[in-house]
Amino acid sequence: MAENNQPRIGVFLCHCGTNIAGSLSINDIIEYAKTLPYVVHSDEYQYMCSTPGQGKIVEAIAEHNLTGIVVAACTPSLHEPTFRVATKEGGLNPFRFEMANIREQNSWVHMHGMWDEATSKAKDQVRMAVAKAALLEDLIPKSVPVEPAAMVVGAGVGGIQAALDLASAGIKTYLVERTPTVGGRMSQLDKTFPTLDCSQCILTPKMVDVGRHPNIELLTYHEVESVEGYIGNFEVTLKKKARGVLSPEEGRAIGVDGCNGCGDCAEVCPVIKPNPFEMGMAPRKAIYIYHAQVMPLIFTIDFDSCVKCNLCVDICGTKKAIDLEMKDEFPVYKIGTVILATGFELIPIEEKKEWGYKRYENVIHGLEFERLICASGPTGGHLIRPSDGATPKRVGFVLCAGSRDNAPGIGKPYCSRFCCMYSLKHAHQIMEKIEGVEPYIFYMDIRSFGKMYEEFYYRIQNEGAKFIRGRVANILEDPKTKNLHVFTEDTLLGRPVDIELDLVVLASAVKPNDGADVVRKKFGVSASQDGWMLEAHPKLNPCGTTTAGVFLAGVCQGPKDIPDTVAQAEGAASAASIPIHCGEVELEPYFAICLEDLCAGCGMCTNLCPYSALALTIKNDRMVMEVTEAKCKGCGTCGGFCPGGAIKMQHFTSQQIVAQIDAYLLGGE
Amino acid sequence: MADFEPKIQAIICNWCSYAGADLAGGARIQYPADIRAVRVMCTGRVDMLFILKAFMDGADGVLVSGCHFGDCHYLEGNYKAAKRMFMIKSLMRNIGLEDRRFRMTFVSASEGAKWATVMEDVISTIKDLGPSPIKEFKV
Repeated sequence: MAENNQPRIGVFLCHCGTNIAGSLSINDIIEYAKTLPYVVHSDEYQYMCSTPGQGKIVEAIAEHNLTGIVVAACTPSLHEPTFRVATKEGGLNPFRFEMANIREQNSWVHMHGMWDEATSKAKDQVRMAVAKAALLEDLIPKSVPVEPAAMVVGAGVGGIQAALDLASAGIKTYLVERTPTVGGRMSQLDKTFPTLDCSQCILTPKMVDVGRHPNIELLTYHEVESVEGYIGNFEVTLKKKARGVLSPEEGRAIGVDGCNGCGDCAEVCPVIKPNPFEMGMAPRKAIYIYHAQVMPLIFTIDFDSCVKCNLCVDICGTKKAIDLEMKDEFPVYKIGTVILATGFELIPIEEKKEWGYKRYENVIHGLEFERLICASGPTGGHLIRPSDGATPKRVGFVLCAGSRDNAPGIGKPYCSRFCCMYSLKHAHQIMEKIEGVEPYIFYMDIRSFGKMYEEFYYRIQNEGAKFIRGRVANILEDPKTKNLHVFTEDTLLGRPVDIELDLVVLASAVKPNDGADVVRKKFGVSASQDGWMLEAHPKLNPCGTTTAGVFLAGVCQGPKDIPDTVAQAEGAASAASIPIHCGEVELEPYFAICLEDLCAGCGMCTNLCPYSALALTIKNDRMVMEVTEAKCKGCGTCGGFCPGGAIKMQHFTSQQIVAQIDAYLLGGE
Repeated sequence: MADFEPKIQAIICNWCSYAGADLAGGARIQYPADIRAVRVMCTGRVDMLFILKAFMDGADGVLVSGCHFGDCHYLEGNYKAAKRMFMIKSLMRNIGLEDRRFRMTFVSASEGAKWATVMEDVISTIKDLGPSPIKEFKV
């Protein structure tokens, strides 16, 4: 600390090339900073975040005996950590650093003809930052141990890959899936583009792996109920939905066999329902599995349709796997980090009435096509027209069905990113299977951006698929033949076309999975403008979120194909494993402190805290509030309310905030 | 009031509105420069006294901006803040200070364009209202 405890502040201005220096006067601000109270040193540099820039801070701390550092540059979310390290290197407590955001919130938003306004605003911003810096205190981040376990929510290919990576890195991993089986959307697909690998064939080995990996605990038919805690110490309560069937492990625990997947129960079950895995095009019973390759191979009872006739219980016999009285359970899991991989679903494309989905039998969407062309699907891989079971000879594929669509309603402004490629694949598949078939692809642009994708596009062109560039305006059905007339403008020929087809496949836009929003909010993850989960940084932290310890994988963060999903899952797994392998994490020391002399023990704050971090206790014969630091996340809601001003929010104290307000409103030139 | 340059104090939360303001910057969305922001972790931190202090200091307007309801990084800080903000508005009406000088908005981390709109809107509202009458009480 400096002599006579006067703060000694150093101010550093960053040009950021011309990003900042091009919109406001660095010289004016630097001269102005020198006149501010407690400022004993000021400097500027082209790029403060560079090594020489940071070196200036380190040197100045020693040379001028500084007690506080202000850097006027970009946003703290970008470089606050950088400059805190430099502050620490110079021998100061890293929390004696304050940033003035004169780029994102000044030079970049006041660019044209606003030189004076921007300069004046930057002066105010620097003055406010100096005022706060003069009141900053030494803070010690708290280290907390990390629970050596991870959770992955969603067991599609992204979640499966993330869980396998975490588990193979030696981390106990809970893989949570709300449906009865792992596999997700990829298990519904027939082939994958552009290699035409059988989707199931390349996925099922991974599904089997998650089932038998010693570090993975598979929690299918579970949903996230509630989340408490913070990075390193999350407590996640799951809803273990009543499955009605005991797994072999559960059975063993009570001395019975449990389900061996024989399927005798489904044979006798009298209730028939549509199978959602087959997009409702095939039946399942009230006791069911989605398909033959489910993992785990355990039947599930749909209690909404079960009539409790007991036929399944009788046929199961001595295995005693079925319990019709099973109730939901709510087990709690302690984990250090979590990966969300909640995937996507198709938009309700029937709301685009002009294309007639659900009104015309022979208009289907891409996922229905996948099931119809799949050898394990409801038709054994024979593509048929739903209206009459005939093999279609002229098939249309409508791309951007709801994607890249700014019209009011159900459409999405974004590109769904995989529909071009799967529609090309669909065209190939019908040309392979049906002799003399004519595929028509109605497109706006073909987006074949991935590795070997453009080559695949050429291949489909050469195979004879017809490409018509134009957004489909309307589809009408011939009521007699159930054939479809597709109306569009061929924008390359510049004339309207009307093509009669046997079957139309809509490459429907995708949206976040139903329920993803609920999971997102429980883990404190924000949403992007288009509803997908928001990554911490679009370029530099695409797997992270603003909630420490929560990571994203796959389409829940934005539309992406299988290779991108797997790559992001591996990235998320790597990121999620770091805190666990480090064993402890540092928490920012922004927690509340009770100033006991001022506390009247009224207890108002205890009800405000969403984390139950505050409680009343008796100290020196007086009722006062006590903070459990590990539970406090530093929001300051208690401090914002305390009528006695008895709660000090570290790094955001009332004095510091009011000093900034005063500096702006009272301290100007 | 065309040449009146208002002083408007914003207090904005770190996770949503501050990030939204940063996004507006990244996208170079232009807006007028009459607002200065103080960053807090959550709008729940905003003591009503901060707002009154800003007005007493001569602010022509005050803006508190946080996450959308249900999106608060701390679950419900913005609800608690919003409740207090109603009280501020009621107080302002009772003492004869136009309550339009104070506003709470909800701008998420992905709403850069909305942040710019809010800026324009708040500034034009205050410009229409003119300088704060509290300034006249200053010695």
